Amino acid sequence: MFNSLKNSLFWPTIFGAILISLWYGSIALFAIPEYQLPPLHRIAEAGFEERNILLSGAGQTLIACLIGFFTSVFGGVVLSVLLASNPWAYKGVYPYILILKMTPVIVLAPIVILWAGQGLVSITIITFLICFFPIVVNTTMGLRSTDPGLVDLFKVYNGNSWQELLWLRLPAALPFFMTGLRVAAALTPIGALYGDTVAGMGSSDEAGLGFVVMIFSAQFKVPALFAAAFTACSIGFMFVGLVNLFSWWVLHKWHDAYLGDE
Amino acid sequence: MENPAKSSPIIPDPFLTLSQVRKSFDGEVDVLKSLDMDISDGDFIGLIGPSGCGKSTVLKLIAGLIPPTSGTIEFSEQNLAEHLAYVFQDATLLPWKTVRDNVALPLQLKGVGEQARHNAANKFIELVGLNHAADLYPRELSGGMKMRVSIARALCVEPRLLLLDEPFGALDEMTRDILNEELLTLREATGWTAMFVTHSVSEAVFLSSKVIVLKPNPGEITECIDIPLDFPRTAATREDPVFVEMVVKVTKALRSVHVKGSD
Repeated sequence: MFNSLKNSLFWPTIFGAILISLWYGSIALFAIPEYQLPPLHRIAEAGFEERNILLSGAGQTLIACLIGFFTSVFGGVVLSVLLASNPWAYKGVYPYILILKMTPVIVLAPIVILWAGQGLVSITIITFLICFFPIVVNTTMGLRSTDPGLVDLFKVYNGNSWQELLWLRLPAALPFFMTGLRVAAALTPIGALYGDTVAGMGSSDEAGLGFVVMIFSAQFKVPALFAAAFTACSIGFMFVGLVNLFSWWVLHKWHDAYLGDE
Repeated sequence: MENPAKSSPIIPDPFLTLSQVRKSFDGEVDVLKSLDMDISDGDFIGLIGPSGCGKSTVLKLIAGLIPPTSGTIEFSEQNLAEHLAYVFQDATLLPWKTVRDNVALPLQLKGVGEQARHNAANKFIELVGLNHAADLYPRELSGGMKMRVSIARALCVEPRLLLLDEPFGALDEMTRDILNEELLTLREATGWTAMFVTHSVSEAVFLSSKVIVLKPNPGEITECIDIPLDFPRTAATREDPVFVEMVVKVTKALRSVHVKGSD
């Protein structure tokens, strides 16, 4: 475990060092002003100076992420079970889910705000609109592709349809669901940040990271803007990391993808 | 429970009767055309025939997985259908359950409590010699071990009728021979009537009290060959002249339908 961690950190560290030298080198070489590309230490300084607004923004965004994510997971799974449980629901409803997905969220957002007003409810809905699709697509696929041999097995031993759903279809769909979950986890911060920029609240203790970015941008605080970008990035990493950990925890004992991982 | 494995297959009362069973899928060509079959208590029926003769379909019909297009399938006693177990072509184990929980699955579906079903599962896991593997997951097992688990799972319902659909088809010959011998030993210990679908003549002769040869397009019984070899049979049975004679006889029957068949 430790060795593999060491191995997986080696090349990223090398490339990181190259990237940082290029960063500083090009600033020095081409005399790039700070308002275009601030040096890294200035970004760190700005991040420290603005830590209060950044942290509270990150906190707000994190709350929006969690609510949006869990709403998507819950809604996505319920929808998937409905879609997979009868063929006419799948045929009838799926095209409309596609229509909803194909309509850009940028277009939908003003309508959402019109209905739900500024604030967390709208941000949650916008996050949901961005995140639920990969969960629905993957979970439905998983629920519909249960091994027919296993379905026969449940029939031979007179399993009822609830037992078939709970003990066969849902666990068999887990690896698919986890794939959807990972994609959704990567999209969640995007949804929350975008939602914040269009539906966020301006007052300082309610502003999410998206709103903070707009403030810094308006004030031309470029190093702080970069610091906000790094903060958003780390939220995304944390989110995806937690979901990967969860996926490992659920699947590692029996799924082939984690074979030799113990 | 009495032990039907020990009794001779001459017992006249039918256990399961198929009369004029016909099966066609989507109204297309018949897969099975007018099948008549009497299975007696204690029989070990080997079903053999070229691909497309509907061997597996016969088992699916008996298990109630698919309905016959016409004809009837009758059990001599009402509750016999509930004492039926099925061993599939693949091991069909749930990958997220341990060996023990896989074996206990049929009991779990019947609503048996965890302790009781684990006790039952342990007994059959021991019987197939997988004590050491009870807590492993299927991905950690070899093909032969998976098949053993699958058989233990079938035995866990204490079946009167066991349907086996080419269970050892994917295994190497050595493993298959050993599992054949083990299967007969298990039958001595637990006692059930069997229908066994296979492609292998020697497997059919070794296991069966009666080999039924099917022809394809549409599936029909062409020959019913009694195997006059005493149970219990062991590895030495394969060297018995009667065994060899029977292999030749079944092979000939099979070859004649193969020539008539389209491939």
